[in-house]
Amino acid sequence: MNKRSTEISVGLFMALGIAALFVLSLQVSNLTQLGDGDGYRVNAWFENIGGLKTRAPVTAGGVLVGRVSAIDYDAERYRARVTMTLFDQYNQFPLDTAASIYTAGLLGEQYISLEPGAEEDYLRAGDEIALTQSALVLEQVIGQFLFSKAAE
Amino acid sequence: MSSQHLGDALARLGRSGIEGCERLGRGGLFLLRTLAGLPALLPRPGLLLQQIHAVGVLTLSIVAVAGLFVGMVLALQGYYTLVDFGAEESLGVVVSLTLVRELGPVVTALLFAGRAGSALTAEIGLMKATEQLAGLEMMAVDPYQRVFAPRFLAGFIALPLLAAMFSAIGVYGGYLVGVSLLGVDDGAYWSQMQASVDFADDIMNGVVKSVVFGFVVSWIAIFEGCDCVPTSEGVARATTRTVVHASLYVLGLDFVLTALMFGN
Repeated sequence: MNKRSTEISVGLFMALGIAALFVLSLQVSNLTQLGDGDGYRVNAWFENIGGLKTRAPVTAGGVLVGRVSAIDYDAERYRARVTMTLFDQYNQFPLDTAASIYTAGLLGEQYISLEPGAEEDYLRAGDEIALTQSALVLEQVIGQFLFSKAAE
Repeated sequence: MSSQHLGDALARLGRSGIEGCERLGRGGLFLLRTLAGLPALLPRPGLLLQQIHAVGVLTLSIVAVAGLFVGMVLALQGYYTLVDFGAEESLGVVVSLTLVRELGPVVTALLFAGRAGSALTAEIGLMKATEQLAGLEMMAVDPYQRVFAPRFLAGFIALPLLAAMFSAIGVYGGYLVGVSLLGVDDGAYWSQMQASVDFADDIMNGVVKSVVFGFVVSWIAIFEGCDCVPTSEGVARATTRTVVHASLYVLGLDFVLTALMFGN
């Protein structure tokens, strides 16, 4: 095999390898979704977050409007503090917006759903979402059900 | 009598231990000298090009075919398991995570050890047996710069690229079977995959793995060739050792790297 065709085949090989890396990063991974990571952060305190994880989606009306960026336990309020980053283009949530933790599908991951309220002012960076609804914990639901059955 | 046997057994154990240490030391020195020979490649990129052709381009076909079939089998097996839970929409996640994290780097490294590593060992072993390496030294050409460094660097470059191609082709093989054959939703296959595969945690860790494997497999292959007994039998045994040792090291290192990187 002569020198030129060797060079061409090696060039093709390298190009294919780099193209494969690009396919993996753009088509397979979440790299394309990282671009809209700029946003403003708001906090919400939940009684119980269930299985919520960081990077979980934050939706409004089913549309992705942000992601959970941090979860920790607030020892002063005895509640879980969830910090979420909402994308900049969705900056018109009223102050009395409610946040609830739901589960996508039967075995799916948990996400936060926002339901806008009626206030005139909008949520800004660092604001608190006051109205929260905790994740549904199956044992509690069954316990309540049994308790109400027993009471009948 | 029995103490004589015991003494012999101990002596054998000691000898093999010393030989093992010697080999390790020779391997380490060999690696250092090869790495020191790398800068000499800069004025002669043609040498490197030739070796990338030998270990990369010629390995491409087997990696592509293997990747396609591994992806297709993963989709088939994953589908039959997931469909019991009504979670067949997650097929893309199963296929892509398995490929990107584990099978891509590992299977490519195993194929690479068999296809390119054995060829490297045999080539260098034969060079040694026919005294070509000694001839080079006679002509004041450093075999580390001229023979070993380009082969080492070529393996180091080629393996991560091959592993990326393996994973990419495997994902499309899984798409072929999952979406076209078994009827998983087209959008769900990709969107679930993109939602679960993280660029830094999954893709980059897979690349790190394949870089480490490329380093180890190339090192073992070239060192075994250089260190072989210069007879036809010695070359044959060195080639076998390359494939066996490289495969074992890849699998062992894979466990260590997985434990280190995918912890949390």
